[in-house]
Amino acid sequence: MVEQGGTLRAYRSLLGAQARSQTAYRTSFVVDLVGNLGATVFDVVTVLVIFGVTRELGGFTLRETLVVVGLSTCGFAAADLLVGNIERLPRYVRTGLFDAVLVRPLAALPQLLLMDLPLRKVSRAVFGLAVLVFALASAGIDWTPGRVALAVVAPPAAVVFFASVFVTTATVSFYWVDSGELANSVTYGGRDFTAYPITVYGGWFRALFAYGMGFAFVSYHPALALLGRADPLGLPAWVGWAAPGVAAVAAAVAALAWRVGIRHYRSTGS
Amino acid sequence: MGSVTATVASPTDAHVTPWFRTFGAIVAAGFRRQATYRQAAVAGVVTNTVFGFLRCYIFLAATGAAGTVAGYDRAQLGTFVWAGQGLLAVIAIWGWTDLADRIRSGEVAADLLRPVHPVTSYLAVDLGRAGFAALARLVPPLVVGPLFFPVHVPRHWATVGLFLLSVVLAVVVCFGCRYLVNATTYWLQDVRGPMILWTLGSGVLAGLYFPLGFLPAPVEATLRYATPFPSLLQVPLDVLVERESTATGVGLVGLQLGWAVLLLALCRLVQRRAERRLVVQGG
Repeated sequence: MVEQGGTLRAYRSLLGAQARSQTAYRTSFVVDLVGNLGATVFDVVTVLVIFGVTRELGGFTLRETLVVVGLSTCGFAAADLLVGNIERLPRYVRTGLFDAVLVRPLAALPQLLLMDLPLRKVSRAVFGLAVLVFALASAGIDWTPGRVALAVVAPPAAVVFFASVFVTTATVSFYWVDSGELANSVTYGGRDFTAYPITVYGGWFRALFAYGMGFAFVSYHPALALLGRADPLGLPAWVGWAAPGVAAVAAAVAALAWRVGIRHYRSTGS
Repeated sequence: MGSVTATVASPTDAHVTPWFRTFGAIVAAGFRRQATYRQAAVAGVVTNTVFGFLRCYIFLAATGAAGTVAGYDRAQLGTFVWAGQGLLAVIAIWGWTDLADRIRSGEVAADLLRPVHPVTSYLAVDLGRAGFAALARLVPPLVVGPLFFPVHVPRHWATVGLFLLSVVLAVVVCFGCRYLVNATTYWLQDVRGPMILWTLGSGVLAGLYFPLGFLPAPVEATLRYATPFPSLLQVPLDVLVERESTATGVGLVGLQLGWAVLLLALCRLVQRRAERRLVVQGG
């Protein structure tokens, strides 16, 4: 049994090795940093372009929508940086690398994440945070102690929520190896869903993503509470503060799904 | 064809029939190769469908009370989104690094020994791939979309033929762009930088994130005439939803044809220049 200090040291050396190997080719690293930034910038540009042809979207102005965008982008980008590479799990399962991870005396999930921490995505997370700060500053929010607290708590809750979604959807590959794109529909689909006020969507599709999977609590309801707007869909104002609770539930579901998945895992033998 | 040099003589009249037979065989092989990844196709269809819902709702919200935006009514936007989700897999903007991988590993040397020009044989494989995608990936969104959203059904018969021609040209234009991006590996050894630029630029400039009509008219016109990107998605989709008259549609498809010819010629030129300086590493 490895003692606590030894475990931490092992994780730290995994992280250090990643940092060294990824920054060894400096030009490539800079290209990656810029490329990753570009993808997220275009998501925000898309919102601006759409507001170029319309004054409001689902009953929300551009400044109000930007708060929703900021929470979503910031939360997703940080979660993608921290655990996004779990979407490579199908490849690890297929190539048998996952077996090597399992036989080491460290927990499998942190190992996988640290073995492949994509430092290039730092640029994206920083940009997401900048969008959020700009949106909060320019939305004309009537700041109260409660809203300040919410502005501090909601982004980490969004990170935890998206991280849980990444892990939960990745576990599908324990059962169905060729499932990569299926996970994308929930992870990247969830990102796009949370980037707009959910009044934009309709019918069972909104019900499924917003409340079935809980994406409404990532950005829409916290934004309503911050802006002091009543919900056009009729939910009470305190729902905006439910984000941390929903994130905790999502994390519990992800942990459970991961455990069950690992137990179900059978090596491909390759 | 006895020659095994990299610069094999182009087929003369007497060789045209076997040439077509070879080309057809490679197309068929490309089709069959894709048909083996059935699970992946199903997963892809599900993802395209989810994004179809998302984009459709967002664009429809932009039409507001007026019911139109940038020259599209609600039904036209519905068709634009759902056909676009299907076309995405047919033209395959993302993730093609076959050529780059073979250049890096040196396997490309084997391609140069074959009696068919590399640009031609890779194009044939890609057409086969696109043919399978047209059945497995384009049809499902076209069936699902109308179940949930208003869609525009073409008013003229000519539109259908023009759309199909436009899709074929879009596949060729996209192939040409991807080939050129991959071919940078001959000089750079690493395709990542050009690939990132291509992935970033192509999605937004082709009309995937939003119809390019949402942009100011001069910007849209510049993109349309000065870059090949709108030829990938925007043009076939505009033809399908009949945003402009049939005559204008024919003009746009002509523009696509111009880009297709230009890009294929450029691919051959780049390939010839690369072969002259190619040093196969390792092996």
